[in-house]
Amino acid sequence: MSDITSLTLTELVKNIKDKKISSEETTKAFIERGEKSRDLNVYITEDFSSALEKAKSFDQKPNFDLKLPGVPMAVKDLFCTNGVKTTAGSKILNNFIPPYESTVTQNIWKEGAILLGKLNCDEFAMGSSNETSFFGNVQSPIDKDLVPGGSSGGSASALAANLTPITIGTDTGGSIRQPASFTGTVGLKPTYGSCSRYGIVAFASSLDQAGPMSKDVKDCALLQEIISTYDEKDSTSIDFKRNKYSKELTNNIKGKKIGIPKEYRVDGMPKEIEDLWKKGIEYAKDCGAVIVEISLPHTNYALPTYYIVAPAEASSNLARYDGVKYGFRSKGENLIDMYEKTRSEGFGAEVQRRIMIGTYVLSSGYYDAYYLKAQKVRKLIKNDFDEAYKKVDAILTPSTPSAAFKIGEKTNDPVSMYLNDIFTVPVNLAGLPAISIPAGVDGKGYPLGLQIIGKAFDEQNILNIAYAMEEKIEFKNKITDWWIK
Amino acid sequence: MTKDNCEYLIERKDNVYEVVIGLEVHAQVTSNSKLFSSSSTTFGAEPNTQVSLVDAAFPGMLPVINEYCVKQAIKTGIGLKAQINKRSVFDRKNYFYADLPQGYQISQFKYPIVGEGTVVLDMPHGQKEVGIERLHLEQDAGKSIHDMDPQNTLVDLNRSGVALMEIVSKPDMRTPDEVSAYVKKLRSIMRYLGTCDGNMQEGSLRADVNISVRIKDSDKLGTRCEIKNVNSIKFMQMAIDYEANRQVDLIEEGKTIDQETRLFDTKKNETRSMRSKEDAHDYRYFPDPDLLPLEVTDDFIEKLRADIPELPDEKKKRFIDKFKVSPYEATILVSDIETAKYFEEVVAKMGKNQNMKLAVNWITGELFAVLNNKNLEISESPISAKNLAKLINLIKNGTISGKIAKTIFELMMDGDKDPQIIVDEKGLKQESDPKALEALIDKIINDNREKAIEYKQGKEKLFGFFVGQAMKVSGGKANPQLINEILKKKL
Repeated sequence: MSDITSLTLTELVKNIKDKKISSEETTKAFIERGEKSRDLNVYITEDFSSALEKAKSFDQKPNFDLKLPGVPMAVKDLFCTNGVKTTAGSKILNNFIPPYESTVTQNIWKEGAILLGKLNCDEFAMGSSNETSFFGNVQSPIDKDLVPGGSSGGSASALAANLTPITIGTDTGGSIRQPASFTGTVGLKPTYGSCSRYGIVAFASSLDQAGPMSKDVKDCALLQEIISTYDEKDSTSIDFKRNKYSKELTNNIKGKKIGIPKEYRVDGMPKEIEDLWKKGIEYAKDCGAVIVEISLPHTNYALPTYYIVAPAEASSNLARYDGVKYGFRSKGENLIDMYEKTRSEGFGAEVQRRIMIGTYVLSSGYYDAYYLKAQKVRKLIKNDFDEAYKKVDAILTPSTPSAAFKIGEKTNDPVSMYLNDIFTVPVNLAGLPAISIPAGVDGKGYPLGLQIIGKAFDEQNILNIAYAMEEKIEFKNKITDWWIK
Repeated sequence: MTKDNCEYLIERKDNVYEVVIGLEVHAQVTSNSKLFSSSSTTFGAEPNTQVSLVDAAFPGMLPVINEYCVKQAIKTGIGLKAQINKRSVFDRKNYFYADLPQGYQISQFKYPIVGEGTVVLDMPHGQKEVGIERLHLEQDAGKSIHDMDPQNTLVDLNRSGVALMEIVSKPDMRTPDEVSAYVKKLRSIMRYLGTCDGNMQEGSLRADVNISVRIKDSDKLGTRCEIKNVNSIKFMQMAIDYEANRQVDLIEEGKTIDQETRLFDTKKNETRSMRSKEDAHDYRYFPDPDLLPLEVTDDFIEKLRADIPELPDEKKKRFIDKFKVSPYEATILVSDIETAKYFEEVVAKMGKNQNMKLAVNWITGELFAVLNNKNLEISESPISAKNLAKLINLIKNGTISGKIAKTIFELMMDGDKDPQIIVDEKGLKQESDPKALEALIDKIINDNREKAIEYKQGKEKLFGFFVGQAMKVSGGKANPQLINEILKKKL
């Protein structure tokens, strides 16, 4: 058998169920590799010794009926984990230990998985390169000094570097799909309301959605099946019939109509992205899908709309980090002074920038011009998709307008950083599901992803399309272990 | 300053001003748990013992609407004869304060759950309608305690997240008395409905008072000031009196009134500026993305409507029609649902020969005096409705006189004693046997011959003397009516 850590989740589960490997062996393997990989800076909090204990106790009384029997995994540090520090990548929560568990992680532990630790991310998930984390930037296993994308950068790096067999991230404007694309992995942003937001540190409530990240589509389907549950504790959770995504997974997509939106051919898009997209269309045709030209006329407005709606909600969501109840507090002369010092020392520059943008667009006198208008445009963007889905079953686009870039390359240019989200953001605004799968590499050999966008609640369909295309693409991630000395 | 009961005008050299008042009443919803969490709402618990992770705004915690509070708000809306909005939206009102854990209050801004309605006030000069602008649901904040520690402000979050109804009136009130009647009427309606206990001491009911003044009969509104968080009717009236005069003085001095928020200092009996319009918070209201718009169906509303009990106005009408009490008496009897219940029970227990006049007088007279003295609610009355009814019946059928009844009433308070038993034990039964009374009177006349002669000679005032003697000799038990008759005959 090959190295445990390089197995897919499906292979790993089979080996554990067949008693070829124990949970303890598996957990040890991931811990050892994690310890050798600290230069990637994927972990904010390692929970290794506790993980090992849990693995041992699983082995003593194994339950092989579970979907993740004794499988160790690390999760993004935006999910609150009972008794384990949860920082959201921020100094302001540097000392915060939740006395509760997020619904999504609870669902995972219920199926027998074991927490390895908490993964680095952009501060409060605000970033596209994992450079805004208070705990330092994350290295991509693809190449030295390359960003893994963000905000779920730690998750993507850990997964691509075989430090966790699967993982979960959160996606507000592309935070699962973009890092998946940058690291040659699979990432799904489910329909808004599919996965409970309970216990996930909020960024922008109307856009945030947790989702699975994996090495292949089959693993992704299995994890989605586990984490997606209706939850009364989240008022925006939707009670719809959820498929057994992994069981119902099929590569038969003959006759499926796949739309190609002309507005996604943006100015200055690198040729390699254009080529990747063309290749993707060919793969889809090879699978028996029918390609249809479609139009999503308001695509151009998605990014400005997103950068009004998301900061507006964030400015309010982050008001609770005030030094009063928990987390970091700076000493002040009085209450206001304490607030100001706590929040200017506790939040990083990008978070402060977005709080200020959000506060501005909600201010009286500006509300109508920005926030209200953005809400109207958001509706138009959603209508675009509704129209398109009268003609097609899914939409195929590149995941990002470029491959991964070097650390520091865009930190001084927030707008160019924001442009990274151009293909992913419309999906969040419309509340739709979308998956990114690795589909090729750029000139430097850096992975590139394709995005398949589905109708609301139609995760099964885009998983099937991704599954079929994955077979044709035969992508192999080249990980050289350059960081291991 | 006050011309008569129905007018409250402020007079200066050449001008007569009227006062325009509107109220924003914050009424705590009667509910076991909070608006968006399952924590208890019991008053007076140890600080910070009724706080959930949602109330304390822990990361990732989400609000879930308490359906019971929604029902309570709708019932209140029905009680205010108001429009119930089938779709309403929760907004975030953003501001920083130590006792506001989320950094925002969840409230309803653009789309409240209840729209326009009416409250009818029973004023001495007749009825007066006050318009309701809206009613919306919102969270209460926690409590900051500044005087328990010399260095620090302490925060108690027990109240954080408790459901409040903010009931906004139209600027329809003109006098402090109307304000008092309005608050009392609102409280009465909500207590009938069981939607707010109206307890002002515990802060279940407080109000922001909006006041402006204008030349009498002008149709333009003056600049208003808002007096925040006044928690007793008396203070509301005092604050209005002070504030209205302050505004009139400013106008008379040729100065302008700044639109501002003011505080009422109950010790100094004055209002003070809290913040001006320029300093007003920009609350950055926007729809709370954690909550979907609140949608209720016609069916949901109609089911609640079917459960609405008889409200004060309807009860008053019924009391007048059925029990033939005066409108004034009816107003007093229905103002508190417990009083109305007590009265109806007395009436029921009186049986066939009801005497409403006696029932009303005994309840609003003797009983109210006792309750007032002992600081008791009528629900805690030491005398049950059943026994009061018995007492009234004893008066009515001539067993005891009204005077003896008062003595018995005092004795009944000791453990809600049956008045019949007291009468029997103490031998307080009225003497109504004409023969016995005749003998008694004969003896009195005999013993006071000279006075009897004086009376016959025209000194009619002496009649009272003989009545007094008869009562005295009989130990107060002689039937006064018979005594009168017999005396007239014998003298």
